[in-house]
Amino acid sequence: MRVFAAALTPFFIAFASPALAQAPDHSAHQQEEQQGDPQQPRAHTPTPPAQGAHQPGEEAADPHAGHDMPGMQDADPHAGHDMPGIPQADPHAGHDMSGAQQADPHAGHDMSGTQQADPHAGHVMSAMQADPHAGHDMPAMAMPDVQTSADNPGRPPEDPPPPAAEGAPVHAADLYFDPAVMAAARQQLRAENGAMRTGAIMIDQLEAAFTDDHDGYAWNAQAWYGGDINRVWIKTEGEGVIDEEIEDAELQLLYSRAVAPYWDVQTGVRQVYTPDADRTDLVVGVQGLAPYWFEVNAAAFLSTEGELRARAEAEYDLRLTQRLILQPSVEVNLSAEDIPEMEIGAGVTNIELGARLRYEFTRRFAPYVGVEWSAATGDTRDIIQTAGGDAEETRFLVGVRAWF
Amino acid sequence: MPIDRRRLLRGAAAGGGMLGLQALLPAWAQHGSHGVTAPSMPTLDGTQIDLSVGHTPFTVGGRTGHAITINGTLPAPLLRLREGQNVRLSVRNTLEADTSIHWHGLLVPFTMDGVPGISFPGIRPGETFHYEFPVRQAGTFWYHSHSDLQEAMGHYGPIIIDPADADPVAYDREHVLVLSDWSFIHPHEIMRRLKVQPGGFNFQRTTVAGLLSGEDRMPLEERAMWGQMRMDPRDVLDVSGSVYTYLINGHGPQENWTGIFQPGERVRLRIINASAMSIFNVRIPGLPMTVVQADGENVRPVQVDEFQISVAETYDVIVTPQDRAYTIVSEAIDRSGMGVATLAPRLGMRAEVPPLRRVPNLTMRDMGMDMSGGAMAGMDHGAMAGMDHSGMDHGSGAMDHGAMNMRDPENAPPDMAGGVGVQTISPMPQNRLGERPQGLEDVDHRVLVYTDLVSLRPNADQRAPSREMEIHLTGNMERFMWGFDGRRFSELVEPIRFERGERVRVTLVNDTMMAHPIHLHGHFFELVNGHPGHQPLKHTVNVAPGGQVTFDVTADNPGDWAFHCHLLMHMHAGMFNVVTVRPLDGVAS
Repeated sequence: MRVFAAALTPFFIAFASPALAQAPDHSAHQQEEQQGDPQQPRAHTPTPPAQGAHQPGEEAADPHAGHDMPGMQDADPHAGHDMPGIPQADPHAGHDMSGAQQADPHAGHDMSGTQQADPHAGHVMSAMQADPHAGHDMPAMAMPDVQTSADNPGRPPEDPPPPAAEGAPVHAADLYFDPAVMAAARQQLRAENGAMRTGAIMIDQLEAAFTDDHDGYAWNAQAWYGGDINRVWIKTEGEGVIDEEIEDAELQLLYSRAVAPYWDVQTGVRQVYTPDADRTDLVVGVQGLAPYWFEVNAAAFLSTEGELRARAEAEYDLRLTQRLILQPSVEVNLSAEDIPEMEIGAGVTNIELGARLRYEFTRRFAPYVGVEWSAATGDTRDIIQTAGGDAEETRFLVGVRAWF
Repeated sequence: MPIDRRRLLRGAAAGGGMLGLQALLPAWAQHGSHGVTAPSMPTLDGTQIDLSVGHTPFTVGGRTGHAITINGTLPAPLLRLREGQNVRLSVRNTLEADTSIHWHGLLVPFTMDGVPGISFPGIRPGETFHYEFPVRQAGTFWYHSHSDLQEAMGHYGPIIIDPADADPVAYDREHVLVLSDWSFIHPHEIMRRLKVQPGGFNFQRTTVAGLLSGEDRMPLEERAMWGQMRMDPRDVLDVSGSVYTYLINGHGPQENWTGIFQPGERVRLRIINASAMSIFNVRIPGLPMTVVQADGENVRPVQVDEFQISVAETYDVIVTPQDRAYTIVSEAIDRSGMGVATLAPRLGMRAEVPPLRRVPNLTMRDMGMDMSGGAMAGMDHGAMAGMDHSGMDHGSGAMDHGAMNMRDPENAPPDMAGGVGVQTISPMPQNRLGERPQGLEDVDHRVLVYTDLVSLRPNADQRAPSREMEIHLTGNMERFMWGFDGRRFSELVEPIRFERGERVRVTLVNDTMMAHPIHLHGHFFELVNGHPGHQPLKHTVNVAPGGQVTFDVTADNPGDWAFHCHLLMHMHAGMFNVVTVRPLDGVAS
C-alpha cells in the first residue's frame, strides 16, 4: 500500500500546483514531460538532396512514377487550352500537335496579353523537347530540398515580425463595426473553436450475475461533463443478490484534470454503502490509457475514519471482428489496515478477473455475456472464511453496455 | 431562385415522380444536367444577387433529414460572375441562429470575407447583410457558412467566375461537381461522439479476424508497435461512411446524378470538395483527366487518371468522353464509402461502379518518424520491423512519455506548447509534395501529386522571402483536441502577424498522423514545389500525415483573416488562428 501511495505522490503534486485553476497554460506539465530526456540529440537530419519527388523505390517500379502516360497523346493532353495569338516563334516543342490539334495549334494556353513579356512562360522548352512527359517526372522537377527551421537541429528562434506588422488596430474589424459587438463575436468565435464543453453517460456494465447458489446483479457506470482539460466525473458501481439487501454500492463525485496526453488526475469524494458500514472517502486517482491500449484506473481512498484503501483496474478491448469484442479485465483492491465491520483485512483484499464478450450493434449499444472470478486474499480471506462466507466466487454474466 | 423552365421540364421527364425532390436542387445539379455551358447559364448572376439562408428538409437514400440551405437548395445555387465586375450579394438570415457566408478563395476586402468575429459580427436572425466587392479573379470557387457547423448541414455552393478575356482553357461544355458528405446525425452530435469515443465511427479497424485471415495486411509485431504507441493504423478519417452519405451535386450514389455530353466534346469538370470531414480520391474509370486548374488558378495541363481532393480544394479537369457512359467516383480516402455520378451521352445510361478498394494502413512515414531517412523503398514494413524501440521508454511508469522520441520538444519550435493537446511531435517530418497521396501509393495508373502543379502564369511576386516561420499542426486524437503549435484557438493564442507587402516563407509541419487541409483566407500562397517562378497558387493545401509543406505568401491583403484546418471538426476543436496584415489603409502604423 505504501508503495502504491508513493506512486501516487507525483499526481498529488501535479494536482496541487496551479492545476486547479483552469489555466490554458500547460507549462508545468510540459516541463514534466520534457525532463525525460532533455539531452537526446535530435534524430532529425536535413533531407538529403538526393531525395526527389519520387522515391527511389517507387521509381524503380515505375520510372514515370505517377506520370507514365502512354495514352496521353490519344487522349489529347493539351485538350482544353486555347492558344490563339501565340507568337509564331513560339515552338511549343513537346506539345503533341498532331491530328485534331491543327485547328487549335497551340492548345494549352492563351499567351496573348500579359504573356508577351515572357512568351515562353509556362513552357520548359528544352525539357519538353527532350521528353514529352516533361514536367511530370524529371530530376529538375524533383522535390526541392527546402531548408526550413524544421530541418535545423539548432532550432534558432524565428525572426520576429517587422514592427509594422504589430501596428494598430488590434482588431481590424473594430474600425468598421461596433467594437463591443465585435468583442462579443470574437468571444463566440473562441467558444466555437476549441472551447467546446460536452459530456456523456456511459454504462460500462449493467449485468445479471449467476453463481452456484444465487442470482445477483451488478452495475458500473460513469458520467462526465466538461471541456478538454477540466471535467466533472460521476462514477458509480455496486452489486447485490436478488431479494437481499444491496451488498455493496458506491458513488464518486470527482474533479478530473487532463495532465498528460493520455492521463487524467481525478480527485473528489466517494460514498460507500455496505449493509454493516458506510464510509465517506477522499479520492485521488489517475485514469487513462496505457501503452498497448490498456484502459487503466487507479485510485486511493482515505476515509473519514482514517482508513486508507486503494483500487487499481485495467481492461482491454480485443477486437475479434469490427463488432465482436472481448474485454478481459482485472481489478485489485488493497487496504492499509483491518476494517472488520466491512470484512476487510490489511494488504491485498481481493482480486477480480473478468472477461466479457460483447457485440456492438452500434458503438453505443452492446449486449454481452461474460464470466468473472473473484477471490478474497490474505487477511480478508481469513476474515470471510471465519465468518463462514465464500472467499472465492465465479459468476456468469449477461449484461448490456451502453452510452449516451 | 429563378428556374429555367426548359431545364425543369427536362428534369421532370428524367426524374418522373421525383419532381418534388428535384425542386430542392438547383437546375445545374438536377438529374440529367446538360451542363452549365454559356448559353444556358443559371440565372444567379449579375451585379445584385439575393441569397436567403434557412431550414430545408433534405432527402437522400429514401430518408429525409434537416438541412440548412441557401435559397432552399443543397448545394446552394451556382453563382456565376465575371472577372472585373462588381457584385452585391444580399444575404438574408431566416434561421434562429447567426449565420454568415465566406466566399472561399475570393480575394475580397477583409470586411467582406464573412468570418464572424474576424471580418464582421455575423448575420443575426432576421437580418440581411450586403456583401459588396469587386471580382478580381476568374476560376472555380465556392461559398459556405463560417458560423458554427452550418456548413456540415448543407450550407455550401459553387462559384464560377468567367475570365474577363478569353479563357486559356477551351471547352465545349462544363459541369460542376460539388462533392460533399451528408449525415442524418446533427454535426454537434457527431462532434460530441468524437470527443467521447474518437475512433467510434471507424468500422475498418484492425481485428483478430483480420490478423488470422491476413486481410489486415499487418503482422502481429507491427500491430503491437501501433498498440504500444496508442495509435490506430486505420485512423484515416475521423468520420466515415458509417454515418456519411457521400454526395455529388446533392445526390447520393443510388440517385446517380448524370451529366450529359456529346461524344467528342471537351468537357470541363469543375470539381469542388465542399465536405465537412471527407477527403476524396476522384477518378472516372476509362477516362483520363487533364488537370487545368487548381483552387481557381490555372496550371499547366497535367493528364492523370486519379487525383486526391482534400476538403475545400477545387480542381478543374478536361475530359473528352467517347460515346459511352462513365462513372465518376469520389471515394473517401478511408474507403468507407464513395460518391457516384455518371457522365453519359444520353440520360438513363450507366457504367459499371467499381467496388471500394482496400483500406490503407498508415505507415511510420505517416507518423513523421520514417527512420529510413527519407528513402521510401521498403518503408512499409521493413523500416518498422527494424525500428529500434528502445528509445520508447514505456516501462518506467505509465506517465513517463518524456523519453519517447515521438514527442520530443526538441523537434518543435521553442514557442510551441507541449501540453495535453500534443500527442506526438513528428521526429522526422518529410516533404511529401512529390509523393502520391495516402492510399494511392500503389494504384497502377497516373496519380496527381502536388509537384505536378505548375502555375500557368509566372508568379507575380518573385522576391525571396524576407523571413521564415514554422507552424506545427498538432493534435491529440484520443481527446479529439486539435490546434496549431499545441494550442487551441480558444486558449487566447497570439495571431500570426504579417507586415503588409511582406513576403514570408511558411512551413507547416504535421505532427499528427492525419491529413489536414490548411486554408488561409484573403490570400493565395505559392506552394514551394520545385517550380520557381511558377509556383502554384493555392488557398488550401493538404498537409500529409507526418509531412511538411512549405509555401511562400505575399501578405498583400490588409486586415484580419482566418487561418484554419478545413476539416470542420478539427477547426471546431481549435485548429484555427487569425492572421493579421498591417498597416491597414488609412491607418498610420
